[in-house]
Amino acid sequence: MTSVSQHPVAKPAAYNPDAKIPALVWLKSNLFSSVWQSLLTVIVAAVLIRFCWFVLDWGVINAVFYTADPDTCRAATGACWAVIVEKHRPMLFGLYPYAEHWRLVLMMVIYLVTIVVSLSPRFWNLRLLVPLWIVATSAIGVLMFGGVFGLRYVPTSEWGGLPLTMLLFTGTVLIGMPIAVLLALGRRAPLPVARSVSVVFIEALRGVPLITILFVAVNVFPLFLPAGVEVNKLLRITIGIAIFFACYQAEVIRGGLQAIPRGQYEAAASISLSYWQTTRRIILPQALRICLPAITNHIIAAMKNTSFVIIIGLFDILTATTAVMQDPLWRSFYIEAYLFVALVYLFFGYALSLYARQVEKWIASGRI
Amino acid sequence: MTQSSFTDQTAAPVIRMENVSKWFGSFQALHEVNLDVRNGERVVVCGPSGSGKSTLIRCINRLEVHQSGQIFVKGLEMTDNVKNIDTIRRNIGMVFQNFNLFPHLTVLENLTLGPMLTKQVKKSAAEELAMHFLRKVRIPEQAHKYPLQLSGGQQQRVAIARSLCMEPEIMLFDEPTSALDPEMIKEVLDTMIELAESGMTMIVVTHEMGFARTVADSVVFMADGRKIESAPPEEFFGNPREERTRAFLDQILKH
Ligand SMILES: Nc1ncnc2c1ncn2[C@@H]1O[C@H](COP(=O)(O)OP(=O)(O)OP(=O)(O)O)[C@@H](O)[C@H]1O
Ligand SMILES: [Mg+2]
Repeated sequence: MTSVSQHPVAKPAAYNPDAKIPALVWLKSNLFSSVWQSLLTVIVAAVLIRFCWFVLDWGVINAVFYTADPDTCRAATGACWAVIVEKHRPMLFGLYPYAEHWRLVLMMVIYLVTIVVSLSPRFWNLRLLVPLWIVATSAIGVLMFGGVFGLRYVPTSEWGGLPLTMLLFTGTVLIGMPIAVLLALGRRAPLPVARSVSVVFIEALRGVPLITILFVAVNVFPLFLPAGVEVNKLLRITIGIAIFFACYQAEVIRGGLQAIPRGQYEAAASISLSYWQTTRRIILPQALRICLPAITNHIIAAMKNTSFVIIIGLFDILTATTAVMQDPLWRSFYIEAYLFVALVYLFFGYALSLYARQVEKWIASGRI
Repeated sequence: MTQSSFTDQTAAPVIRMENVSKWFGSFQALHEVNLDVRNGERVVVCGPSGSGKSTLIRCINRLEVHQSGQIFVKGLEMTDNVKNIDTIRRNIGMVFQNFNLFPHLTVLENLTLGPMLTKQVKKSAAEELAMHFLRKVRIPEQAHKYPLQLSGGQQQRVAIARSLCMEPEIMLFDEPTSALDPEMIKEVLDTMIELAESGMTMIVVTHEMGFARTVADSVVFMADGRKIESAPPEEFFGNPREERTRAFLDQILKH
């Protein structure tokens, strides 16, 4: 090891990393450093202030927060948040029988707890996660379907709202990611057959709009099944969305695989690891780390693709809201309702981004 | 072509290459190379850049596939047979010019991975073995760091230890010191000298002629994909037979 000897050099001024920059200096260098910059700052500030004022004026000061009477809302000049209070149940839970909504609330609690636990490295231990997932999936299944323990049976055709969005999204990622990894590996596999199958699969499905794939999954696929065999519509559409997701994700992962230097394969071969051992222990962990930001990107996009369940007549949170807003009494307040839905999406989307950023930090610090 | 024949004449060679040729596309990188390495023998391979030194030793553990000729390791022929390849690779450790450590694993995990996955060694036993070899290469205190947190010399010593954890009978080195700063070369060479003294069969591609002089039983000179000559170091450095060898030695020993 080298040791750098320190020559005493006259320093101009001691550098203090914790020094606070005076506010005026910061303002000058960041917002008013030139005429154009100053002008831009003033314009942006004006627009911002105007916008904030509008939000405050419309969204708070003149808004109606609670009323059962739409006429009260109509009389007010501000937002009608009361529509959310009034309609939140059909928006959040779709066509699910009204009296059974408590089951969905419970389901969402179980779901969120399971997801949060599964995403924390401190709980990454199969002896904990496997039982947790078995229990959670069974509990969610019982709650959603019912039919046992005196719970009323609810077929999937009556599912809807946020729980449906959650299930579809989770299903898409859980089914799609393994397929994506296999497709990406297949595309670079030593076997020509695996290569061509993956290429054809990816290229064919990527070139087609999602709606077409879903149409096939829903309307054409059953024609190929032997008579009497039926695959649940909801499952079919989940797989359709998952496969579409997988084709894009596969290309992202392939990019990560390509970034792994040849030396890693050779080192693995030199300690006589097999193809699968090398892939699983050496190549994939590095490749997935490399393309994590892009993977996150597609996962968030997948969350929004769940709205396509409308084509089998199921109402996810977005479509459920559209349906609810057909009510002539409340119809004029659709902006407030959609803002609420946007907020729900934003909450989950932002949580995902935050988590992905956290994962990147864990990776950088060598924690995972 | 002569074959190296200085150590124990009676024992069968552990590595035997017979007329091995290798093409990259239409470019022939090895021309009918013959090489015998006996148990415990230390062979240094040298030659100008692009002469096929790496290709030669990479054929021995099938990181490159030769197209004609035969390669035997401990009597087992290297062919497409996956089982043979696996058996042979378990017997051969390899150290690369740029270390090729697994950057996402700690030093200790780099060392235990092979034994645990390929020999079903228990984790605790594998870690004990790993620590044993880390002490041998004199960096046990780095066990829980990640490779990129180590100096080049330390990384290369970890790489040597990683190979040793597989308890190979033969070690291949492809320019193990040429990616290192001068002050780190010695620590790696010292490790290799100790390994040689322990009786390990070694094939070392290197330009460190001091190492060749003190450690090698024979020195092989390659040029243009051919084995030009091979001789014990005294003879090789004192009285090279071939003109090309002389020219190469003049060049490399000038500094
Ligand atoms: N994967 C490859 N594809 C095509 N040509 C290759 C490949 N690997 C090596 N070669 C060529 O084969 C010849 C021998 O290469 P090799 O790496 O064995 O040389 P070397 O003696 O190890 O050189 P150096 O001292 O630079 O490492 C070179 O001309 C090289 O360009
Ligand atoms: Mg080389």
